[in-house]
Amino acid sequence: MDASTRLSLYRTMVRIRAFEEAIRREYYVGKQPVFDIGAGPVPGEMHLSAGQEPVAAGLCAHLGPDDALTGPHRPHHIALAHGVDMKRMTAEIFGRESGLCHGKGGHMHLFAPEVHFGCSGIIAEGMPTACGQALAFKKRGTDQVAAAVVGEGAVNQGGFHESLNLAALWKLPVIFVVEDNDWGISVPRSASTSNFSATDRGRAYGIPGERVEDNSVEGVYEACGRAVQRARRGEGPSLVEVHTLRLWGHFEGDAQGYRQSELEDVPGRDPIPTYRRTLIEEGVLDEEEAQRIRAEAEEEVEAAIRFAKESPEPAPDEALEHVFA
Amino acid sequence: MTTAERTRERRLTTARAMVEGIAQEMRRNEEVFVMGEDVGAYGGIFGTTTGLLDEFGPERVMDTPISETGFIGAGIGAAIEGMRPIVELMFVDFFGVCMDQIYNHMAKIHYESGGNVRVPMVLMTSVGGGYSDGAQHSQCLWATFAHLPGMKIVVPSNPRDAKGLMISAIRDDNPVVYMTHKGIMGLAWMAKNARSVGPVPEEEYEVPIGKASVAREGTDATVVTLSLSVHHALDVAERLSGEGIELEVLDLRSLVPLDREAILESVGKTGRVLVVDEDYRSFGLSGEIAATIVEEDPAMLKAPLARVAVPDVPIPYARPLERAVLPTPERIEEAARGLVGA
Repeated sequence: MDASTRLSLYRTMVRIRAFEEAIRREYYVGKQPVFDIGAGPVPGEMHLSAGQEPVAAGLCAHLGPDDALTGPHRPHHIALAHGVDMKRMTAEIFGRESGLCHGKGGHMHLFAPEVHFGCSGIIAEGMPTACGQALAFKKRGTDQVAAAVVGEGAVNQGGFHESLNLAALWKLPVIFVVEDNDWGISVPRSASTSNFSATDRGRAYGIPGERVEDNSVEGVYEACGRAVQRARRGEGPSLVEVHTLRLWGHFEGDAQGYRQSELEDVPGRDPIPTYRRTLIEEGVLDEEEAQRIRAEAEEEVEAAIRFAKESPEPAPDEALEHVFA
Repeated sequence: MTTAERTRERRLTTARAMVEGIAQEMRRNEEVFVMGEDVGAYGGIFGTTTGLLDEFGPERVMDTPISETGFIGAGIGAAIEGMRPIVELMFVDFFGVCMDQIYNHMAKIHYESGGNVRVPMVLMTSVGGGYSDGAQHSQCLWATFAHLPGMKIVVPSNPRDAKGLMISAIRDDNPVVYMTHKGIMGLAWMAKNARSVGPVPEEEYEVPIGKASVAREGTDATVVTLSLSVHHALDVAERLSGEGIELEVLDLRSLVPLDREAILESVGKTGRVLVVDEDYRSFGLSGEIAATIVEEDPAMLKAPLARVAVPDVPIPYARPLERAVLPTPERIEEAARGLVGA
């Protein structure tokens, strides 16, 4: 893989992490000393994706703004990697008028039609929609593709199975990406899923698949590259499964008592410092450049946070708008 | 006879009228396509897609697996990309298996996106009982969908409206749930209702969604109703007319938007109202009509509002049991007589 691609993947991951760290910082403002989920400048549930950046960076490196992407309830990393505007996305998370959805969506319901991005708070339910987008592309004869990212918990949902069947049956240009972070909220995969391998499940529907075991961005990049090219060539759907890592809790405020023993291992498995070390060792990156990349990301994120905070909240009357077109 | 007169007199079943509306829109707009269970060679279990496969081929008239979350969701995805899918799921009773796609996605995406994403699709289904199909194949459930924001709910009662409302639904930028009662379709294999065949203009035309129609003018009481119950109400009104009782029959045609003005205007004129609803009685259409009147002016009513609806039980199978719960002409007549004090 060439150096500029590797640097670009690294930059994407750092940018996402800087964003999530800032959102996390802002999220706890006003929520302490006694945690109150509805208080502070960022109300509601907050599902952050730290540890899962390789999936977003590796997949989205192959997608353009004409390609459709649907995300699950933990959507920030893939939204940013796909080119959703960071300022307007931040404003949406802050519930501001200038947000992507004028404050009607919130962090689990981000929509950016200019890059064909949408997401859903319901497990597996972005998959049928992605199939429909792929169907539209196929009917129109374009080379656009659709991708749906879901968690490993979604593989037990009907929507997963129906979508795999439909996509294989109709040979749709769609890529299913499973982020296997081992946990469905607090329930480990071993207690929820009879067959660990989503790839096997895909194969049962005639869909080729690959599992990336090491959460490496380059592994994801290569697997997703094959899947996207296959879809663009009109050869139908693929499934990519990534054994990734939920570095923080299911949602902010989740003390993760259910996984006490594993938490100690987590920092060492963080994919960003790991990749940084590799790139430095192999002479693609030096300390100075790494610091510059991080500083640039922080600057962009802080500008987005400022934009959100300075934007007005929507007027209450707007709650009644946009039920119908 | 002029061409215009011939057009007026041409008679179609409701099912044929719907198909004609769909076909005309498919010819006009390449982005319109149909998918669903048995919509291809079979032509739709209730005749709603008969002949479309022959004209438009399997790319535009797509049989789907029995996989409602999958294909309704796919319809949503295609609509998000600007196509205009017509998706059929044959019985409204089956919507439970894919309700998430309907009320969390199809109906909410436009709102959640702050108006940035449109979902211009038609979700077509059949409703209603009266032929002993039991509790899982006989419901109307229109109030369930009317209760959940973000979908228009269209329920035609006759062939002319069915075609015009179908064309309007396809052209609408919103998700439209288009519900037809099996008893109004004019199907070869069901007891024929005389009004399930009627004059239908050949040209393309729209019937606006959200406008009720006065199916019969009257002075003594208003029957507010829709779908098959319109036919029953008209039959009852004709019978009572011989006794000097003149019922006005209001055909709502859509629940969302609900033509509240038409309701208030008619009740303002007659002062008495009977709501006939083949859906469950509690928390539904009849309560909404009552609230609409009372919120405007309770003094409009010269007598307490009456309702004939399904008495909050699943639809039973055996004929006498089913007839006991459905809004039959007999129940409507009894309620109407009670209302006008006859």
